[in-house]
Amino acid sequence: MSQTATEGPRSSGPGKPVPRPTPETAFYWEGTKQGELRLQRCGACRQVFFYPRSSCPHCGSTEVPWFVASGRGRLHSYVISHRAAPGFEDEVPYAIALVELEEGPRLMANIVGMPQTPEALVLDMALEVAFEPRGDQMVPVFQPAAGGAASGAGA
Amino acid sequence: MSGGTDRSLRGAVAIVGAAESERIGVVPDRSALELHVESARLALADAGLGIGDIDGVAAAGISPVVVAHALGITPTYVDGTMVGGCSFLVHVRHALAAIAAGLAEVVLITHGESGRSRVGAPPRVFDPASPQGQFEAPYGPVGPPTLFPIGVLRYMQRYGLTHEQLASVAVAQRRWAHQVPRAMFRDLITVEDVLASRMVAYPMHLLECCLVTDGGGALVVTSAARAKAAPGPKPPVYVLGTGEASETPLVSMMEDVTTSKAFRLSSARAFAQAGIGPKDVDHLMIYDAFAHLPIYGLEDLGFVGRGEAGAFIAEGRTSPGGELPLNTNGGGLSYTHTGMYGMFLVQESVRQLRGEAAAQVPGVEVSVAQGVGGMFMAAGTLVLGTEATLSG
Ligand SMILES: [Zn+2]
Repeated sequence: MSQTATEGPRSSGPGKPVPRPTPETAFYWEGTKQGELRLQRCGACRQVFFYPRSSCPHCGSTEVPWFVASGRGRLHSYVISHRAAPGFEDEVPYAIALVELEEGPRLMANIVGMPQTPEALVLDMALEVAFEPRGDQMVPVFQPAAGGAASGAGA
Repeated sequence: MSGGTDRSLRGAVAIVGAAESERIGVVPDRSALELHVESARLALADAGLGIGDIDGVAAAGISPVVVAHALGITPTYVDGTMVGGCSFLVHVRHALAAIAAGLAEVVLITHGESGRSRVGAPPRVFDPASPQGQFEAPYGPVGPPTLFPIGVLRYMQRYGLTHEQLASVAVAQRRWAHQVPRAMFRDLITVEDVLASRMVAYPMHLLECCLVTDGGGALVVTSAARAKAAPGPKPPVYVLGTGEASETPLVSMMEDVTTSKAFRLSSARAFAQAGIGPKDVDHLMIYDAFAHLPIYGLEDLGFVGRGEAGAFIAEGRTSPGGELPLNTNGGGLSYTHTGMYGMFLVQESVRQLRGEAAAQVPGVEVSVAQGVGGMFMAAGTLVLGTEATLSG
């Protein structure tokens, strides 16, 4: 069934895939448990990147400190799956989306708290991060931004 | 000269043997390995060669060690490059380098996949600690149909591609498959049929998604000098240009989801090595796991401008009788799609250049095959030509 606007982030849903952190990504996944979306910004070229890595994919520098992202972004693209992955049986159809973060990088996410329809899921709509329990982890998902606009995000 | 565009290698090697497995589609009485092996035997026969002539073996899906041993070959050159469905095009490129460098003389490249029946097929393993396991799998993708097309809506918004134009890709390719007895689906279809088919992952309908089949294919590559000195039963198909590239293992990490960087880099190298451009191409194969791939491919290879491919296909310009015959076997959407379909691109290019295709295009001298690996993960490109193109 489609999500309705009254629903918050979904429950963990037994059987949904649980990410397994590696030493390089552990700080990211520790962050999600604290309600933080943590990204890395290269100390040499200042570019922000995702997914977490031990060196900058833009310049190769290993000076890649973390910071807490704003959690704001925009809906970049998506598909609406009519097949269910394990654990998603009660949510078909559901969107698998790309969110472009205010800081630049894009990441995959589900969009929660709104109907999973082409009419409702409008490209470039403003979103904000939320966190969904998943096994022993917390997984970042996105929901419509409060107020409907992501401040500071480019057009 | 660098970056794989060395023109001195233009036409240095030739495909002298090519064959698909005896049957494709639903072949539950053959294991994946046997599909490699059967295709290899048929390709060797096509080349007029035996296992004793082969000193190099390349394969993906199953190790070349396993394939070589099953055939009774002890190779002194092996290539297990595995970058998804374009691996076999990349194997041709590597064979070119190896043969030109004197590391191998006759290279056998094999594909076999029990994609539908899963007989002797490797298990589909998934690692939750991999980048995909951490950053994509938690969001519920169900295989390629729910990941590969993730940029299509952005493409539609940016360029105005319509759902009808996207559907027309499947319609155009079915027109070709209609002429191909070995194609799995041959009945002509309309845009309305495509849009009425089951939604798999919006905006992709079932008829915009590839088949899942069993099958195999193999190629025999050797130097142009040897092809001329010891001619086989069939005219050699010369490798005029080659390219390869990889962009990202995660479709969500594409630099721009409306274009494939790997397509652009790979094809640019292949065209540069061949010393030709899109206007010189008589026949084109673009790996069509989904209907948007020929659209991206036509643009990324430079056949049309940005945003023009949907209309180009919808107008019938890639259909039978059109100016740019594309995916003339019916493609992954109608002919066959074993999982790593790239081998079948090359097979159809070879048939067209030999003049023996089921839906033969008159006078094909230059054919281009553009492969994709994974979901815009990697790419391989071959520019192939008849003997007449060697002086070009
Ligand atoms: Zn940097």
